[in-house]
Amino acid sequence: MTILEATNPVDTAETAAKDTIKMKEADLNEAATESDHKTVGDCFVENPKFSVRDANVYYGDKQAVFDVSLDIGENEVIAMIGPSGCGKSTFLRCLNRMNDTIDICRVEGKIELDGMDIYDSRLDVVPLRARVGMVFQKPNPFPKSIYDNVAYGPKIHGLVSRRVDLDEIVETSLRRAGLWDEVKDRLNQPGTGLSGGQQQRLCIARTIAVSPEVILMDEPCSALDPIATARIEELIAELSENFTICIVTHSMQQAARVSKRTAYFHMGKLMEVNETQKVFTNPDHELTEAYITGRFG
Amino acid sequence: MNKISTTEQVQRSLKKRYRAEKRFRMYGVTSIVIGLLALLLLFTEIISKGVGAFKQHYVSLEINFDADDLGLDADLFTFFDAVREDYGNKLHSELKIADQHATMAEALSEFEAQAQRDFGMTVIDALQAREQQLADANFTGIIRNSLRERFPSVKSRRDRRALYSLVSVGASFDLRDRVNADASLIGTTQKLWLLADDDLDTYVKSLNDSEPFIGRLKENQVEFISSWLEKNEIDARFNTIFFTSGDSSEPEQAGILGAVMGTFFTLLVTLILSFPVGVAAAIYLEEYATKNKFTDFIEVNINNLAAVPSVIFGLLGLAIFLNFFGMTRSVPLVGGMVLTLMTLPTIIISSRAAITSVPPSIREAALGMGASRMQTILHHVLPLAMPGMLTGAIIGMARALGETAPLLMIGMVAFIAEVPSSWNDAATVLPVQIYLWADSPERAFVERTSAAIMVLLAFLIMMNGLAIYLRKRLERRW
Ligand SMILES: Nc1ncnc2c1ncn2[C@@H]1O[C@H](COP(=O)(O)OP(=O)(O)O)[C@@H](O)[C@H]1O
Ligand SMILES: [Mg+2]
Repeated sequence: MTILEATNPVDTAETAAKDTIKMKEADLNEAATESDHKTVGDCFVENPKFSVRDANVYYGDKQAVFDVSLDIGENEVIAMIGPSGCGKSTFLRCLNRMNDTIDICRVEGKIELDGMDIYDSRLDVVPLRARVGMVFQKPNPFPKSIYDNVAYGPKIHGLVSRRVDLDEIVETSLRRAGLWDEVKDRLNQPGTGLSGGQQQRLCIARTIAVSPEVILMDEPCSALDPIATARIEELIAELSENFTICIVTHSMQQAARVSKRTAYFHMGKLMEVNETQKVFTNPDHELTEAYITGRFG
Repeated sequence: MNKISTTEQVQRSLKKRYRAEKRFRMYGVTSIVIGLLALLLLFTEIISKGVGAFKQHYVSLEINFDADDLGLDADLFTFFDAVREDYGNKLHSELKIADQHATMAEALSEFEAQAQRDFGMTVIDALQAREQQLADANFTGIIRNSLRERFPSVKSRRDRRALYSLVSVGASFDLRDRVNADASLIGTTQKLWLLADDDLDTYVKSLNDSEPFIGRLKENQVEFISSWLEKNEIDARFNTIFFTSGDSSEPEQAGILGAVMGTFFTLLVTLILSFPVGVAAAIYLEEYATKNKFTDFIEVNINNLAAVPSVIFGLLGLAIFLNFFGMTRSVPLVGGMVLTLMTLPTIIISSRAAITSVPPSIREAALGMGASRMQTILHHVLPLAMPGMLTGAIIGMARALGETAPLLMIGMVAFIAEVPSSWNDAATVLPVQIYLWADSPERAFVERTSAAIMVLLAFLIMMNGLAIYLRKRLERRW
C-alpha cells in the first residue's frame, strides 16, 4: 500500500505541523476529527489471518471505532497503541466478538478470520472464541484451583476424554506459559492465590490450553510490576512462533520490544499502521509522531 | 506572625472539630444503647412471662384400676399383651388398625385356638372387643373415686365438682394410655402423678408472688390445694406436653407441636417453590434479558411487590387458590403458596444483587474461553452468587416464618388440635398460634403465648444464624 499523501487532507495539516515545532493538542485533535480520514502506512498483508474492512463500532448512539481497515498476518505480533479511550480495546474485542456481551454495542463492517466472516449471523461464537483466545487487562483467573483454571477450556470444548490427556495439556500449557516450575507442587491451590504476574501467566496458560490460533491481549501488563512485565514480554516472543498475537498496550517501549507491526489509533480512527521500527523512528503520520514523542496520551 | 496565627486558628478549629466528631460518635452510641435497651426489655418481658410455661404441676393420687369400675376384661388385655410380646413392636401398631383384618387374621392365626377357648370368639373379634372396652372405659370415674377417697369429708355435689375440676381432663387419657400399654395395671392400685388443671397450676406457680393469683378458684378449691401442698402431693415437672401436643382448649393440654409442624410444612412448600423460581427469574433478568421498557417495567413491579403489605397476598391467595382453583382451606400447601408470592420478590431482588456482585471479569474470562452463556452461569456465576442467594432466601424465609396476616385470609387461623402430618392436613402456624392464644382469657394461655414467642424467636435466631454461617462458609475470595 502506498502512503496516501497527495489525496489526504490531513497531510496538509502535517506539512503545517512541520513548521511549528510543537503543535497544540487542540490542533491535533482537530486534525484527527477530520471526517474524511485515511489510514497511512501498510494496512494490508498477503494471506492475512484476520482481515478487517471498514469496521465501525457503536456504543448506543456513540461511535467508538471509525472505518478501521486492517490485516493481521499469520503468526505476527501486532501492537495497538494510542491514547486511552481511543478504541483499542473496543477494536480488539471485535475480533472474538466479545463485544456481543455488551448489550448496547453494535459492530458494522466486515471482519474475516481465514476468509470466514465472523459476524455471519449463523456463526457460533463458541468455536470462534476457542480459535481466538483472549487475555485481559486485569488478571482474572477463576476462583478455582490452578489445575482447574487451565483444564477448564479443554473440558468445556470436549478436547480430551481421559484424565491423563488432560493432565498433559495442563502441564504443557503451564510450561509454555513459563509457570510450570513455580506451581507444579500446588496445582490444587486456588489460582487467585498467585501473585499478579503469575496470575496473568496462568490466564495465558488457560488461553493456550485450547490451542487457539490467535491470542488477543488487552494491556496484559498494565497491572504488573516491571519484572513480571518482562517475563510476559519474553513469553509473548516465545508464543509468537506458534500464535498470531494482537496486543494492546499503553507502553510504547513494550510495543517496540514485542511487536513486528504497530497500529496507531486516535479517537476511534486507525491513523497509521507500519513496521514497528518505522513507527517509532520515522512515523508517517504527524499524530503518531506527536504521540510517541509524548505530546499527549 | 501571619503563619503563627494560621496555626493557632487551625488549632482552635481542630478542637471544635474534635468536639463535633465526639458528638457525632455519641449519637451513634446512644442509638445503639437505646436499641439494646429496647431489645433487653422485650426479652426480659417475654422470658419472665413465658418461662413458667415450661413447667407444669402434677397431683399425686392413689388410683385404683378396678376392672369392674373401668368395665374392662382383665384377661382380654393380658392376652393381647402376650400377643404383643410375641410380635414385638411392629404388631403393637398394627393391632390398632382395625381394617387390616386379612393380614392381621393371618398373623394372629396361631392365637386363634386360645381366643376361642378363653373368650369364645375369633381373635379379631377379641381384638375389637378390647379396643371397644378401652374406648368406653370410665377412667374419669376412677380418678373421681380416688379424689373422693383423698378428701372423704367432701360430700355435697357442688364441692365434689369443684374438687374434680382440679385434675385435668387429660389425666384420664394418660391413664388409658397406661392401661393400653400394660394390662397388669388392671386390678392394682397405683400412686400416680396426674396432670393438674391449669387453674391449680397457675395458682401454685403464683404462690411466691406478693399476691397469689386465685383467678377462678373457689375457696374450698384453695383449701384442697393447700392440703395437697402440705403433704407434698403437688409437684412441678418439665412441661413435655407443651412440646408434644397440638392445640387444645384446655391450657394444660395445649402444645405447640401442631403449630411447629404447620410452620415446617408451610415453609417447606415456600422454600421449594420460591427458591428455584426466584433464582431462575433473577438469572434471566440479570444474564439474559436485554434492558428495555418491558424489563424496566418488570423491575419496578418486583420492587413494588416486595413492599406490598402481606395481607394483600393473603387476599390474592384466597381469590386464586381457594376460590378459583378450589384448593383446600387451612392447609400448609396453600399457606406455602401464598407465602411464596410474598417471598418471591425478596428472593429475586437479593439473588439479582448476588449475581451482579459477581465480578464481570470472571464472566468475561469464561466467555472469552468460549464458554456458552449457560456454562458461564452454571460454572462461575452461580457458585459465586450462591452464598448471597442463600442468605436472601433464608432472610425471606425468616420473614415468612413470622407472617400471620396472609395466612388468616386462607383460613389457617382455625382451632386445630391435631398435629398435621403432611402439607395437606389442616394446620396453623406459630405466629397464628400466638395470635390465637393471646386472645384467650386464661392466665395459663398468657404464659404459653410468651413461651410460643420464645420458640418463634429461637427459630428466627437459628435461621438468621444459619444465613450468617452459610455466607461465611461459602464465601470465596477472588
Ligand atoms: N461498555 C461501554 N459502553 C459505552 N461506551 C464504552 C464502553 N466501553 C468503551 N466505551 C467507550 O468507547 C470508547 C473507546 O473505549 P476503549 O475501547 O475502552 O478505549 P481504549 O481501550 O483505547 O482505552 C471510549 O470513549 C469509551 O468511553
Ligand atoms: Mg482499553
